[in-house]
Amino acid sequence: MKRFPGGIHPNYNKELTADKAIVEMPLPKKVRLLLTQHLGPPCSPLVVVGDKVAVGQKIADTDAFVAAPIIASVAGEVTAVDAEGIDILTDLDNSGFSGQKKTYSSPAELRQLIREAGIVGMGGATFPTHVKLTPPEGKSVSTLILNGAECEPFLTTDHRLMLEHGQELVEGVKLLMEACGAKTAIIGIEANKPDAIAAITDLTRELDNISVVSVPVRYPQGGERQLIKTLTGKEVPVGGLPLDLGIVVSNVATAVAVQQAVNLGRPLLDRVVTVSGRGVAEPKNVRVRLGTPIAELIDFCGGLTADAVKVVNGGPMMGKAVADLNSPVTKGTSGILAFTVKEAREYEESTCIRCASCVDACPQKLLPNYLALYSRKAKLDLAEQLHLFNCIECGCCSYVCPSRIPIVKYIQTAKNRIKRRRRK
Amino acid sequence: MSDKFLTGPSPHILGGKSVSSIMWDVVIALIPVSLISILYFGLKALTLLVVSMASAMIIEGVFMAIRHKGLKSAGVIRDGSAAVTGLLVALIMPPAAPLWLVVIANAVAILLAKQAYGGIGNNIFNPALAARAFVFMAWPAIMTTWSTPLGLDNWFADLITGATPLGGADNTLLEMFLGNTGGCLGETSALAIIIGGLYLLLKGHIDWRIPVGYLGAAAFFAFFSSQFSIQDVAFNLLAGGLLFGAVFMATDMVTSPTTKNGRLIFGIGCGLITIFVRKFASAPEGVTYAILFMNALVPLIDRFTVPKTFGEVKVS
Repeated sequence: MKRFPGGIHPNYNKELTADKAIVEMPLPKKVRLLLTQHLGPPCSPLVVVGDKVAVGQKIADTDAFVAAPIIASVAGEVTAVDAEGIDILTDLDNSGFSGQKKTYSSPAELRQLIREAGIVGMGGATFPTHVKLTPPEGKSVSTLILNGAECEPFLTTDHRLMLEHGQELVEGVKLLMEACGAKTAIIGIEANKPDAIAAITDLTRELDNISVVSVPVRYPQGGERQLIKTLTGKEVPVGGLPLDLGIVVSNVATAVAVQQAVNLGRPLLDRVVTVSGRGVAEPKNVRVRLGTPIAELIDFCGGLTADAVKVVNGGPMMGKAVADLNSPVTKGTSGILAFTVKEAREYEESTCIRCASCVDACPQKLLPNYLALYSRKAKLDLAEQLHLFNCIECGCCSYVCPSRIPIVKYIQTAKNRIKRRRRK
Repeated sequence: MSDKFLTGPSPHILGGKSVSSIMWDVVIALIPVSLISILYFGLKALTLLVVSMASAMIIEGVFMAIRHKGLKSAGVIRDGSAAVTGLLVALIMPPAAPLWLVVIANAVAILLAKQAYGGIGNNIFNPALAARAFVFMAWPAIMTTWSTPLGLDNWFADLITGATPLGGADNTLLEMFLGNTGGCLGETSALAIIIGGLYLLLKGHIDWRIPVGYLGAAAFFAFFSSQFSIQDVAFNLLAGGLLFGAVFMATDMVTSPTTKNGRLIFGIGCGLITIFVRKFASAPEGVTYAILFMNALVPLIDRFTVPKTFGEVKVS
């Protein structure tokens, strides 16, 4: 096994929810489905206010290739359609879903099924899955890597899925292999989940072309490029994609969703979310319909504690702070974390003392200290020369910085400014 | 409800290191050499250490209070960086240095070498070494008057003038390893320096590349310029301020390169210049100027040692 550069060992805090079985949350009274729940251009609504929609009905779509449609996660009446999303008042009696196995006759048709089910990468990056599975002209896929690293602290959704839905996961892996043409699959799981490793190894024992590999615990082991390095020793070229190496990486939850979409005819209606952190009363792994308000999900977990100061959508390293608790759960919501002041203290930044901790921690072998400096001084060309766009925003640099410089924020600012400049 | 929550950028959890935790760790790492200096040079050493550290902190505090027009700004001395500078200044002074000289050295270190550049993080030169270069130039006689170690039996006695190994004193390598020789307060005991250095390595505050590059290059150069004498290599590594410089001075974060290869090159440069001065120049010691010279090259070294980024590979 190869070692990716840099990385950090934060407190994983997974014990808060690791042994808690997934529980299903009751239907929310209302959902709000955002039009952009994937990496790519937004979908356009296919419904208007007053329409009755059925659960699983497509309610927004686009012609753009890099996009996935939006599916009604509940049945009910459309109460609002705006630039950002669609509101549906839930019909509580008719929101149970029943469907049947879908058939297909080619990988392209299988990919189309996956697209129509609204499936995107559920590890958090939300890249449309059918796009990922489509090998570009003249290229072929040899290996599917299934990402079960789940290296973000606190999150345990993939862990629980592997334990509770192992068979579905394996079926999903087979479908993903078929869809992209991969001959073999490697399931990489961080060594801190021995029970999941044992369970999946057991389920794949008879399958020669699927192997399970225990990978070292080090953040960001679950970064696509890092996991590829660990498992194959290869580096994805700068600016390139895993496809350039004949590799497709998919996430545990995505594989389970694909299995449900094909074998049950059930599109992506819900997802498992780890609700955790010491700012939430009863940490849980919850299966929740997409579009459920975050506030309701938190209430289902006993509500916030009095000393909660920050709510995060996603993991603590790469998730986004939630300003409005009425905002909804999306396809990419792997966790909702509520932190107390002790966990998520915000500091005032001070001058860089050139300790180079960020340089040593960077898994992409960048010089985060100079990227932050050039971003602050608006020397964007210099930042680009130092491979600004090779940054994966994993947060290791900010995490280790003794001067508490929000390096990732500076890098994002520089990236956005350059992108804006290019569009002009 | 929403405005009561924090909305700062990711990552939302941060590691435990802070500037002050690093600086106070450096102070801890300097305790062994400080204790050895007190053991060998008595109360004089203790006084120098205390006065130096206190003066550095007071000078920085007063400067910050005046500059930012408020006593509160003086609180930055809690970050420990002035304490480190003060301690380092004392440790590179001869034991018999007068207290007023040490205070002047600290004023140079804090005001000229550090604050004039914009304060912590912005200085080009190692403040303690810049101060030493200044007082060495201004008071060469004082700065080259060395003392013989006292020893425990006459610890309260006055210091007696004596030579250093580099100045021709006749010390065994074991004496030099333990520190029972003449020299600056902190530089005599290799053992104590190594203990402090290991602590910093363990804590992750210094990178092995700088001391290893420094000592390796110095050993290499000494070996070849002495017609392959192992004895000469050992002498050069143990004598003078080489080890102290390699472990505590060249590794100063602010004034050393941030790239990994840069750190190695920086260390090698320091080692080569030090031995060059010792062997081929008329000065007996070259550590101070070697490190200061390499400090000046740091921006250039960083620029020419940008690492290949992850994925910067040939595509077949």
